[in-house]
Amino acid sequence: MTDLHTITLVVNGRRHTLAVEARRTLADTIRDGCGLTGTHIGCEHGVCGACTVLVDGEPMRACLMFAVQADGSAITTVEGLGSRAALHPLQRAFMANHALQCGFCTPGFLMLAAGVLAKEPDIDDDALREALSSNLCRCTGYAAIFKAVRAAADAMAKKKVR
Amino acid sequence: MARARTPQIGGRFERIEDPPLVTGRGRFAADISFPHQLHVRIVRSAHAHGIIRAIDKAAALAHPGVFALWTADDIPEVPPIDFREGRIERLEAYRQPVLARGRVRYVGEPIAAVFADDAYVAEDAAELVMVDIEELPPILDACDPPGEWEPGRSTEPGVLTQGYGDMDEALAAADQVIELDLQIGRHSGVPMETRGAIARYDAATDTLELYGAAKIPHRNRDALARTFGRAPSSVQLYEGHTGGGFGIRGELYPEDLLVSAAAMRFERPVKWIEDRHEHLMTANQSRQQRHRAKIAVKADGTILGIDDEFFHDQGAYPRTHAMRVVDMTLGILPGPYRVPAYRVAGHYRLTNKTPAATYRSPGRYESSFVRERLVDAVADRLGLDRLAVRRKNLISAAEMPYLRPLIVLGEDAEFDSGDYHGLLDRALEHIGWDALQADLRRRREAGEAVGAGIAIFVEKSGAGPADGARVSVDSTGAVEVVTGGASIGQGFETAMAQICADALGVDYKRVRVVHGQTDRIAYGIGAHASRATVMTGNATHIAALAVRRKALEVAAELLQAPIEALDVVDGEVVRTDRPAGGSIALGAIAASLHPNAKTLGAREPGLAADGWHRTEHLACPYGIHIAVVGVDRETGAVTVEKFLIAYDVGRAVNPMMVEGQIVGGFMQGLGGALYEEFVYDERGQPQSVTFADYLMPTMSEAPEIEIILREDCPSPRNPLGIKGAGEAGINSVGAVIASAIDVAIGMPGAVTQLPVSPQRLKAIFDRGR
Repeated sequence: MTDLHTITLVVNGRRHTLAVEARRTLADTIRDGCGLTGTHIGCEHGVCGACTVLVDGEPMRACLMFAVQADGSAITTVEGLGSRAALHPLQRAFMANHALQCGFCTPGFLMLAAGVLAKEPDIDDDALREALSSNLCRCTGYAAIFKAVRAAADAMAKKKVR
Repeated sequence: MARARTPQIGGRFERIEDPPLVTGRGRFAADISFPHQLHVRIVRSAHAHGIIRAIDKAAALAHPGVFALWTADDIPEVPPIDFREGRIERLEAYRQPVLARGRVRYVGEPIAAVFADDAYVAEDAAELVMVDIEELPPILDACDPPGEWEPGRSTEPGVLTQGYGDMDEALAAADQVIELDLQIGRHSGVPMETRGAIARYDAATDTLELYGAAKIPHRNRDALARTFGRAPSSVQLYEGHTGGGFGIRGELYPEDLLVSAAAMRFERPVKWIEDRHEHLMTANQSRQQRHRAKIAVKADGTILGIDDEFFHDQGAYPRTHAMRVVDMTLGILPGPYRVPAYRVAGHYRLTNKTPAATYRSPGRYESSFVRERLVDAVADRLGLDRLAVRRKNLISAAEMPYLRPLIVLGEDAEFDSGDYHGLLDRALEHIGWDALQADLRRRREAGEAVGAGIAIFVEKSGAGPADGARVSVDSTGAVEVVTGGASIGQGFETAMAQICADALGVDYKRVRVVHGQTDRIAYGIGAHASRATVMTGNATHIAALAVRRKALEVAAELLQAPIEALDVVDGEVVRTDRPAGGSIALGAIAASLHPNAKTLGAREPGLAADGWHRTEHLACPYGIHIAVVGVDRETGAVTVEKFLIAYDVGRAVNPMMVEGQIVGGFMQGLGGALYEEFVYDERGQPQSVTFADYLMPTMSEAPEIEIILREDCPSPRNPLGIKGAGEAGINSVGAVIASAIDVAIGMPGAVTQLPVSPQRLKAIFDRGR
């Protein structure tokens, strides 16, 4: 069990070379190996989506991936989405629309939405609701999350047109 | 023109909590680590009931990286889990040991603890611990006659009763007595963050520290101090970010005591993070009750009395809450109606399931289901309109305050204020009730299974007796509010900041709010039972007013102005009687009150004050739920087409956050009404131990929700008029969904059990055929 594999992850633009067991999940590696604890672990079996990160641009459940599977990949976590000084439109919209309460599921929703909107900037309401249904939130009742992502999508589209 | 203040209470302000949370800079339990920490993994019972014959520790202890392994024999000094309120004689023997002693009573009960350098290693080694258990038949139905908890001890440690009026006479005088058999399923809060506890013992100062605290850090500090025979001042709890509470997080569980004991014994930090599988079979569950309830009425629908006997499925142990949920159910069941006679007996029964305690709106989600089903049945049986029967029996505004001779968790069941009829009218008008009914009737005639239901409830909030806060301003003008409150995600910091800012005269973003840190303030009530904004909020208001007074007194001297001509606006003391004329910043006033300042004079140093709010009364908010549902007769699936919540919160500190509480609570209520249930098989094996089995609503199940938020009747029981907001959304969701389904399928009274799963609804259809 203690055979270690050397892998390289590029997380939020920074290169991390790590020695990990084959069984160590990407979520644990991002948290413990890279010290980025914004990626949360809510169920460890791929249902809740709190651990969603972008792996080479794709939203992925970091609890369902082994770190060795992500060797060489570019990963974006919530820490890389925007900064406190320059928030991403999604982060802005989550605050403006009260789309978070406890905030535990928030990084997963933000990264899911970021991945979805990157691929489908003009996604319609039904498809957006369907996509966002893959993550769980226990505080907000979802209405505000939908509203926030919609508002962010619209804001991002407007910016592009200009 | 003189500068005017911007009101800080009542605005839909963005939360001060949000920036770290949206950027991944939160500090949840799993994010906390200390050098040289040990990780602990719990070995849990695989059986619902049995005698422990042997535990083989050898293989686990030999596993590389394992530091220690404990069973009950290794911690004789650690007593069972204490009740929150201290000693309760008749339940003393039923308390849960931190590690099972001799017997296991539910699947998931802690038996052993493995400590290792790495969490993965601890989990590997835990699988090597061999536990030999001789299985005993489990007790799984709280309605069966009581069994033996252990030799000589019944599984029914108590029956709680309350009542008033002459129930027998009410039954004899009634034109109709209707009896229902009603069941509420077993579900729970299931926050998105699992539990976690990190303990550290600082030998240099002889202090035990526990991180991952939530809900009631001060009470838990006192309980831990009692448990370990320590002075409370040598035990400190620290609340970080908390990933949802809902009543279940923050109570003292076996794991909290274990990491604390281990940190002291090993003198190394000890970290425990629960996984989801563990959470779903060990964290407090709730709700499961079966009621056999009678209602006595006159032919015109007037209620004469309610006579109820119910069975509360507590699971294996009383844990910290003892009999509180039963007690709550007894005290609140009659709700917003005039009920001249009332008799209730709640059987508190232990079973071989995960222990139970409070979950958001405890005793109310259950009793609202029972009460509203009874009222629906009265109308249906007498051929009256369900709404008309409610209207007839509602307590009127003229009867406020309305004292009912019942006790709700030690407080008189007195409804402080309210206009139930007024709110009902508003809700009906908003939804266009008559037109809606006509439309639904047309759709039913066209073959659709659609219907509307209505439920009315009174909540309780702001139970005392007291809470305090300290407000201070530093020399930069930054404001700090130190509270013993807790933040479980509800926006506590923002609410306190707004209240403080409004009283003091600053922008709420200048206010930093401290909560859940036992080393910052001696007392605190935490965040539970919709108390925080009422109790801590009013204490903060009082403290901020005192700081304002002190600032004005000093400013009057410094500015040579009459105090009545001064106000605090945006953090500066200004003259209100003329456009110019000097001003002084709060920070400068604070500097002038420094202990070394020559300007201090004979005053108490510092621009700071304590405030206390004391009350012996509840603040009782009230609300209306209206649901429109459609039923698929083929699949038994229920779709909520529309949901309206009308709620009088007395005074909304931040309407955006109140609405957030309501919508979030509603969704949990919907889970309990339609989807969520902890199911056990005939051997007591839990069947709902993953998110694939315990079905929480997703965005796809979220209907459109309309909210009418009112401030019609501010509470006369506190200076700000606040009533609690946390439990408005969930209270009657089960009740109203059941009511609407009945109507939709044209089978009045058909729904008697929550959740109304497709299987249960199919069974109702089959029975009806």
